[in-house]
Amino acid sequence: MSLVRKVLPAPLTSCAVFALWLVLARGTGASDVLLALAFAVGVPLLTSRLHPEVRVRRPLVIARYLLTVGFDVVSSSFEVAWGVLRWRWRRPDSRFVVIPLELRDPVGLAALAMVTTVVPGTVWSELALDRSAMLLHVWDVGDERAFVARFKQRYEKPLREIFE
Amino acid sequence: MTGVTDVPFWLEIVVSALLVASGLTVVISALGFVRLRDFFSRMHPPAIAYTFGTWTVALAGVLYDSTLESRLALHPWLVVIVLAITVPVTTVLLSRVALFRRRAAGEADTPPPLGRAVDVPPGPDLSQ
Amino acid sequence: MSVVLLTAIRFAIGCYAFASLLVLVRLVRGPRAQDRVFALDLLYLHAMLVMLVLGIRYQSSVYFDAALLIPLFSFVSSSALAKFILRGEVIE
Repeated sequence: MSLVRKVLPAPLTSCAVFALWLVLARGTGASDVLLALAFAVGVPLLTSRLHPEVRVRRPLVIARYLLTVGFDVVSSSFEVAWGVLRWRWRRPDSRFVVIPLELRDPVGLAALAMVTTVVPGTVWSELALDRSAMLLHVWDVGDERAFVARFKQRYEKPLREIFE
Repeated sequence: MTGVTDVPFWLEIVVSALLVASGLTVVISALGFVRLRDFFSRMHPPAIAYTFGTWTVALAGVLYDSTLESRLALHPWLVVIVLAITVPVTTVLLSRVALFRRRAAGEADTPPPLGRAVDVPPGPDLSQ
Repeated sequence: MSVVLLTAIRFAIGCYAFASLLVLVRLVRGPRAQDRVFALDLLYLHAMLVMLVLGIRYQSSVYFDAALLIPLFSFVSSSALAKFILRGEVIE
């Protein structure tokens, strides 16, 4: 157990590097697999001092979260595109929204920043010094309290389940 | 390249539709980027190009290459993954820059720094 | 490769070129430095999209490799520029 732990300090990273190399090399020949294995073992060993220990749980929640984010990216892409097209007739209600946070894990917060920036219509702008709130610029707010409640339910809650 | 096959016509239609969709969304996003008045509003339309505009092209590439080489060719999707990692960093950095500079210039309708807007728990007593 | 797909490819590249022109307007007009940096980042993105579409058109892996490198360059240049306009210095 401890030997496996020593050779593979981060199994998830190793799997990701392995898959990445095979996709990048565009082949599954013996040389590609060997090289991918070498990288999968070597890269986490060399970089183990760089990244903190991250614990990820609940693969099902992760899968569902990825699907949610993918779906939201597509739907809010159309929303923002439609808003741009009829901008002359109806100005969107763009403004800053302060969202109180319960998520404290730094990696979880980084993931939240990534998700909010990737989904069109929201841009992460600032995090409070004590991580108790974040500033979000939103394309079309409408009802602010409903927006905050939906945001917390849809994006923050799964991350708390995954990282805390 | 081994096992080169012909691409069926319906797949070419699908790939064409994806490419056209990508082109249109990218034009709309650029239109929004030029048209909108405020910097923070302007950050939203390019996000369409970064996500939907790229996803459709990458999906078209995956479908077309996979059929042509008759195996799963996922490499165009790597671009999506790279963008998903790099774009948030630059976007968040630029929005922080914009906030910082607007606060420094004392422009109106800029929100105050969050550190003071929320209750910060009291630190250790340093008066002694 | 049928006429439909060829036309779609031409249309997509035309769209990217037109979008780049629009973004160029913002790059020239500003008004602030952060607008210009963002416009530059978008120009990189459009170049990457053109590379991806050309990769489908000519079935050459060189285009894909270029398309993978462009976002990395755009990441480095945009974050360095953002850092520069924030503090006036890239490395502190």
